[in-house]
Amino acid sequence: MSANLSALSYLTSAVCFILALQGLSSAKTSQKGLTLGIVGMVLAIGTTFASPIVSSYGWIISGIIGGGLIGTIIAKKIQMTALPQLVAAFHSLVGLSAVCVAAAALLEPAAFNIGVVGSIAPGSLVEMGLGVAIGAITFTGSIVAFAKLQGLVSGNPLIFKGQHPLNALLGISLIVMIGLFASCGCPNLFWAITLVSFLLGFLLILPIGGADMPVVISMLNSYSGWAAAGIGFTLGNSLLIITGALVGASGAILSYIMCKGMNRSIFNIILGGFGGEQAALAQGSKEQRPYKAGSSEDAGFIMKNAKSVVIVPGYGMAVAQAQHALREMADILKEEGVQVRYAIHPVAGRMPGHMNVLLAEANVPYDDVLELEDINRDFAQTDVAFVIGANDVTNPAAKTDTTSPIYGMPILDVEKAKTVLFVKRSMSPGYAGVDNELFYRDNTLMLFGDAKKMCEEIIKALQE
Amino acid sequence: MEMISPFVLGLSVFILAVFVGYYVVWKVTPALHSPLMSVTNAISSVIIVGAVLAAGSAQDTLTQVFGFVAVLLASINIFGGFVVTRRMLEMFNKKK
Repeated sequence: MSANLSALSYLTSAVCFILALQGLSSAKTSQKGLTLGIVGMVLAIGTTFASPIVSSYGWIISGIIGGGLIGTIIAKKIQMTALPQLVAAFHSLVGLSAVCVAAAALLEPAAFNIGVVGSIAPGSLVEMGLGVAIGAITFTGSIVAFAKLQGLVSGNPLIFKGQHPLNALLGISLIVMIGLFASCGCPNLFWAITLVSFLLGFLLILPIGGADMPVVISMLNSYSGWAAAGIGFTLGNSLLIITGALVGASGAILSYIMCKGMNRSIFNIILGGFGGEQAALAQGSKEQRPYKAGSSEDAGFIMKNAKSVVIVPGYGMAVAQAQHALREMADILKEEGVQVRYAIHPVAGRMPGHMNVLLAEANVPYDDVLELEDINRDFAQTDVAFVIGANDVTNPAAKTDTTSPIYGMPILDVEKAKTVLFVKRSMSPGYAGVDNELFYRDNTLMLFGDAKKMCEEIIKALQE
Repeated sequence: MEMISPFVLGLSVFILAVFVGYYVVWKVTPALHSPLMSVTNAISSVIIVGAVLAAGSAQDTLTQVFGFVAVLLASINIFGGFVVTRRMLEMFNKKK
């Protein structure tokens, strides 16, 4: 295939990728978009196969078949609650493969038409250094994120003295090394850059607490894109540059949305330490206050006689695997003529849009699920807000208490509903370690128990 | 006329693509943010293009090994990412 023809065909696949993202603007067009994305990928790989410098196919084909089988099996088996871990693990693979491609380009630049060993252009060397650094940070950072999400290491932020100066030092030394690498092209410096970046990725994510994982995943998503773009610059391949830029922008936007959902700045999150200390603080100053507790029968009765119910699910609901029971409960209420809708906070799950997927999996109709800004106005006209597995995202302290750690976070205005039902295991505070004023209000009824069991009991009560 | 360096050309493409990405991604409905993430994950594995070049054209064994590993990892991602996205989108498009 001539160079021009393959460039055009790469361009076509870049357009396919853009259309794939465009398709996600609504559920209806999303599947067509995905098909286009797959077409784009097949075209990209096919074009590379047809490139005149590729001469042996055995390794490549066995790699694609092997990797394809592994990927397909994992993706088919994974539970939707474990989706964040899966995505984190996948990000780490993109990072590592970027490192491998950069290493291959260093060892044998002729294979990529970017010069010969020892005399690669300085520009290409900078790009190579940057590509490998971002790839390596993505790799180890994603592994830490995976381990935290999977519960292999504590979700608590791990902080030690001198952490930030150490990270800063590593960051500066990376920049210096990339500069030196550009002027000499010595392989040893390349490996040093790789090692320092591995270490930095590890240290950057370690201090970030479990509550901030939605931001971390989005950030790593963005990094994996920038890594691909960096490799694209090294190889002079515009498809890699375009795709990397798309993915990088997408991850950056998602990080921004997640940060806004928690009213936290990205720097604040990278500096880490959210969750741990405040939880300890709240436990120290605990006082008993009166609250009302109810039974599943009470809850069933209240909801059956309501005109409208808004369900506010949080991650606790997903942990208890209550989504199917919850949907069944909602179905029964609907048959009774109650209007049932779901309100989703941007950080309701462990990654952007996670809660929507979990509800969709439980056959909750797409149109019943509303985002924060679409439902918040309706709470004042709502009879019952049914909060299940969520806490901080409903806490009115975020609007009124300037000293609260969650002050400024957008919340779902459940306190405006006539009655609030809170399904919770106990009175313990939420992730942010802040007590919730709502628990003690007159129109709040606490329903203590496991989310799934509680839904099943309410179903029973409704059927009687 | 003086030739424009490949870096500047690449940079132009890059900046324009960031803008395209910015506008397209803001239009994605928040309900589909998880599929967005898994599909971008799959397409960022287009890095396989570089991996295929390394595995298929290198003379040196070590380069080939790096190329092969990169092809393998990127393929896991491509297939895994597309399959899991498909699964999610099917859930959103179930017939009622």
